Amino acid sequence: MKEKFSTIISTCVPLPIENIDTDQIIPARFLKATSREGFGDNLFRDWRYDTSGSKRTDCPLNDPAYSGCILVAGKNFGCGSSREHAAWAIHDYGFRVVISSFFADIHKQNELNCFVLPVTVSEDFLNNLFRSIALDPSTQVKVDLQSQTVTDLSTGRSEHFDINPYKKQCLSEGLDDVEYLMARQADIVAWEKNNNA
Amino acid sequence: MGKTLFDKIWDRHVVNHIADGPDQIYIDRHYCHEVTSPQAFDGLRRRGIGVFRPERTFCSPDHNIPTLGQDRPIEDPVSRHQVETLTRNASEFGLEYFGVGHPKNGIIHVIGPENGLTLPGYTIVCGDSHTSTHGAFGAVAFGIGTSEVEMVLASQCIIQSKPRTMRVNVEGTLHPGVTAKDIALYIISRMTTGGATGYFVEYAGEAIHALTMEERMTVCNLSIEMGARGGMIAPDETTFAYVKGREYAPDGEEWDKAVAYWRTLPSDPDAVFDREVTFHADDIEPRITFGTNPGMGIGICKSIPYAPTDGDARTSYLKALEYMGFSEGQKLTGVPVDYVFLGSCTNGRIEDFRAFASVVKGRRKAPGITAWLVPGSRSVERQIRDEGIDKILADAGFELREPGCSACLAMNEDKIPAGKLAVSTSNRNFEGRQGPGARTILAGPLVAAAAAVTGIITDPRTLID
Repeated sequence: MKEKFSTIISTCVPLPIENIDTDQIIPARFLKATSREGFGDNLFRDWRYDTSGSKRTDCPLNDPAYSGCILVAGKNFGCGSSREHAAWAIHDYGFRVVISSFFADIHKQNELNCFVLPVTVSEDFLNNLFRSIALDPSTQVKVDLQSQTVTDLSTGRSEHFDINPYKKQCLSEGLDDVEYLMARQADIVAWEKNNNA
Repeated sequence: MGKTLFDKIWDRHVVNHIADGPDQIYIDRHYCHEVTSPQAFDGLRRRGIGVFRPERTFCSPDHNIPTLGQDRPIEDPVSRHQVETLTRNASEFGLEYFGVGHPKNGIIHVIGPENGLTLPGYTIVCGDSHTSTHGAFGAVAFGIGTSEVEMVLASQCIIQSKPRTMRVNVEGTLHPGVTAKDIALYIISRMTTGGATGYFVEYAGEAIHALTMEERMTVCNLSIEMGARGGMIAPDETTFAYVKGREYAPDGEEWDKAVAYWRTLPSDPDAVFDREVTFHADDIEPRITFGTNPGMGIGICKSIPYAPTDGDARTSYLKALEYMGFSEGQKLTGVPVDYVFLGSCTNGRIEDFRAFASVVKGRRKAPGITAWLVPGSRSVERQIRDEGIDKILADAGFELREPGCSACLAMNEDKIPAGKLAVSTSNRNFEGRQGPGARTILAGPLVAAAAAVTGIITDPRTLID
């Protein structure tokens, strides 16, 4: 998954629901695949489709008014299971950014490892963004990784977001953690020796 | 300033600190199951590398496997393929593998401790959020994603930011009829489902130290349900007594050395936590959940609280109640139940089966109840038979199934049908977790047993002496 993350300007898909867990993002029955591809079809499966397989009209992902590669979600996004399949599904569906006021730890790390950028904003910014999108679904948001700013282009409202410098570099340069670790094998062996491991 | 239990273990395992960034942490033990590992093994093949320290990884299929007829091939071809992929990967990369039917097979978080693979002072990871279970031994144990599984296989390290620390004290003594599950569900409902996000939790206090190892595992298992990276309990004599003599635990001189080290691990008296909260065992009743996250819980005799008044929080709360078919202010005792599930990495150990049996002994399974009693491992299953618990269960009209994760996440055939209400000893009541449309009430083994014999939500204290 060699990608590089740059500035994104896009419309958004809003999901103003709190505590969205990874079982909703990708239900367990779809975790049986042994590759990373194809999970996007089942992203939010049980919110997008009813039990007969028909599209549910009350789901924002099915609403033609909403599109784009930014998902905006209520606080505590991605709680529950550590399944990276949730991040794969988000990426495979076409999202590159998730904006929320709060992310669950493991899912946030999984997104970063899958070239999806989790952007944590204030409650206030999130509520205003939901309002902008509700008023005008064509509202665009700009996410600039280099300057670590997120801007609601309809109001001009902007906010700084945090990301650790290591992960920022990984995303912007398309770096791989495994390569980083393998390049430090001597340190690992030295650690083992010092700790009788 | 003194150090916390967490800091002592984490700091020792830092191989490199990345400037302004995360730590490169050495991992002592890695557990592997069939669902979150295939893409990581593919990654190794793509890079043309092997597993760096194969002796540190142990594999057991658990999520997909049927709980009846394990002597036959798995019927679902997709599940079978995933399990066979783990079998093949373990063999190709030279990893210890406890396959279906193996005497050591079971839920990975049950078999690790059983075999002495989980030890105090260890860093332990697995591609599964309930890896926090192993924190019961005074280990830093947490769930990781598949990219990180690949990192561990390739280098025995992962890259993680150091979380903040929180101590959760539970003081006093538990009332009879209150279990470790009730402690955990109580803490989660007080903390909320995201209340410990960003923290690594140490559980302490009189009520925690009085717990057996299996009870401690139940408490630590559920740490993730309040968002915590992991949960842990300082190792003590209870811990050492449990570990001693287990197959992979150190012995002889090595044992003495290990115990001497483990005794240095508890948090120093002057250690400072980023956050500290205290609860009282006296306030804890048998618990049930009423909503669609584990934080939405109440004492079994209480009414469902009213929704918050503001915006998204209100919408989300009412959405949960609508899914469950419950209403604000409703009492749940007396509500008819369709399914009872005893099992999972939360409550699938021998003490859970003893507790369940203590209630159903001399009673009969209620008509209309479907009960799935699933041991956490082959070893638990053998113990159930050795202690004659299988006989008590059979006399009460219950059938024992074979080990696996089962209805906890319904990846095998054990799915609760849409609309049906289950009392489940597992860990998550998310929408559709136990099957599309299934409605889950989380509870401990005593509440589950009480529902199984009465057919309704029942306070187990009315059935025990």
